[in-house]
Amino acid sequence: MNAPEPALQTGYNFAYLDEHTKRMIRRALLKAVAIPGYQVPFGSREMPLPYGWGTGGIQVTAALIGPDDVLKVIDQGADDTTNAVNIRSFFARVAGVATTTSTTDATLIQTRHRIPETPLAEGQILVFQVPIPEPLRWLEPRETETRTMHALREYGLMHVKLYEDIVRHGRIATTYDYPVIVNDHYLMRPSPIPKFDNPKLHRNPALMLFGAGREKRVYAVPPYTDVRSLDFDDHPFSVERWEEPCALCGSTETYLDEIILDDQGQRMFVCSDSEYCATRQEAGHKGEMAA
Amino acid sequence: MKPGKLLLQVRDLSKYYGNRVGCERVSFDLFPGEVLCIAGESGSGKSTLLQTLAFELRPNSGSVCYDLRGEGLTDLARLPDASLRELWRTDWGFVRQNPRDGLRMRVSAGANIGERLMAIGERHYGDIRLQAQDWLRTVEIDEARLDEAPTSFSGGMQQRLQIARNLVTRPRLVFMDEPTAGLDVSVQARFLDLLRRLTSELNLAVILVTHDLAVARLLAHRLIVMRQGRVVETGLTDQVLDDPHHPYTQLLVSSVLTA
Repeated sequence: MNAPEPALQTGYNFAYLDEHTKRMIRRALLKAVAIPGYQVPFGSREMPLPYGWGTGGIQVTAALIGPDDVLKVIDQGADDTTNAVNIRSFFARVAGVATTTSTTDATLIQTRHRIPETPLAEGQILVFQVPIPEPLRWLEPRETETRTMHALREYGLMHVKLYEDIVRHGRIATTYDYPVIVNDHYLMRPSPIPKFDNPKLHRNPALMLFGAGREKRVYAVPPYTDVRSLDFDDHPFSVERWEEPCALCGSTETYLDEIILDDQGQRMFVCSDSEYCATRQEAGHKGEMAA
Repeated sequence: MKPGKLLLQVRDLSKYYGNRVGCERVSFDLFPGEVLCIAGESGSGKSTLLQTLAFELRPNSGSVCYDLRGEGLTDLARLPDASLRELWRTDWGFVRQNPRDGLRMRVSAGANIGERLMAIGERHYGDIRLQAQDWLRTVEIDEARLDEAPTSFSGGMQQRLQIARNLVTRPRLVFMDEPTAGLDVSVQARFLDLLRRLTSELNLAVILVTHDLAVARLLAHRLIVMRQGRVVETGLTDQVLDDPHHPYTQLLVSSVLTA
């Protein structure tokens, strides 16, 4: 995490994509912001990383990033995982922008499957990597039909899935990519963030953009937009809770990852947001397994 | 049959597939609570007619008018898509020949019945479940099977589940495409009994496609006989079956062993 970022590499246009492509993506993003939750098709390009690794997110970031931006990239909450390190050094190399691991310092955050624990502020942009943008895809395979369903707000089918969850598990067992209604109209997949992060989508002051490279769609939740998680009256939406605090920083309010320590059943729970956890530890908070 | 307000008015309805005739110049009226049977050999345009009536296929000419709740007789061609789709899942039902086309095979029976309720905005799990249970009982399926997927049901049960799934929103008109075709004779009899009971109890209008004149005899008030896309004979069921006028109807009636 402390390794110096590589220097700017010459021979590439600023932020890798050519200006026309960036403009095309920005146009799609403007439309997405204008119609919150609506999936806007765009001409997705080949990027120097495989599908499923964030080709959508990286294109959105490339289209938006400017020389003065400060970039943070997280993967499942951590700044130091392969995907995050590589995308961060990619932009350091092709755009020469400053990078950071601090959520508050960043102007642009590209994320895979988490929303940082530190509350976002106005002016910040959060870019999500999306594998499957269509929330109704596994229920209705026809694209023409799902588009009509979105246009007419026919979302009863999504409740059939939640109903089936309760039948089988006694509760709504969907724990990530939990479907939401944006701005009282469009049903949206929030990308595979844990449902723990769903309440953070609601009326968030930051601009949230979603990019799906393989599926060639972008969509957006503009600042202060209503985002409601689907549920039943008698089975209301609720987020995950843990019985113990973070073993390193002692927080009881964060999303925790379970880490297996040995094959004797020893395990620990730690914050999935590595930067948030480290900041707390520096501030003197200690969990029971802290060094 | 007391002649009440018109439910469905069909005038000169034609549907072509290129140069081929699906159905041609079909006209009839349907009243609430009336069971109308469309009979004919395979390829005679029965299913095309049924799908055109339900506006799943757009007719090339002619009109279908339906007595919309609160709006009176309305030409379906002028109805916006949103209203038509709402009609499909509330005031109408469609029972398919193959239950795999009419059911969601991978979700439980309860979810199948509840789907329409959730589509019209029901958001209470317990209530949806209770209603699903009631309907299972009504169509004579053991309530203990509520949480089982239709794949574990017999053919007859699947067909009855399809009925329950359609009737849960209390439709006034149900389209049925050969609902008994895949069932063996004893199951068929029970299914027809159930259907007869439900149509009279719920004052349900039904347009039923079948090639089986025995089904028509048992259920239908009126009968339409089709051949090569055209209506060759129409009238009260008993009248048509006991005293067929058109040579083709005569052939059809005489070819059935026990009609």
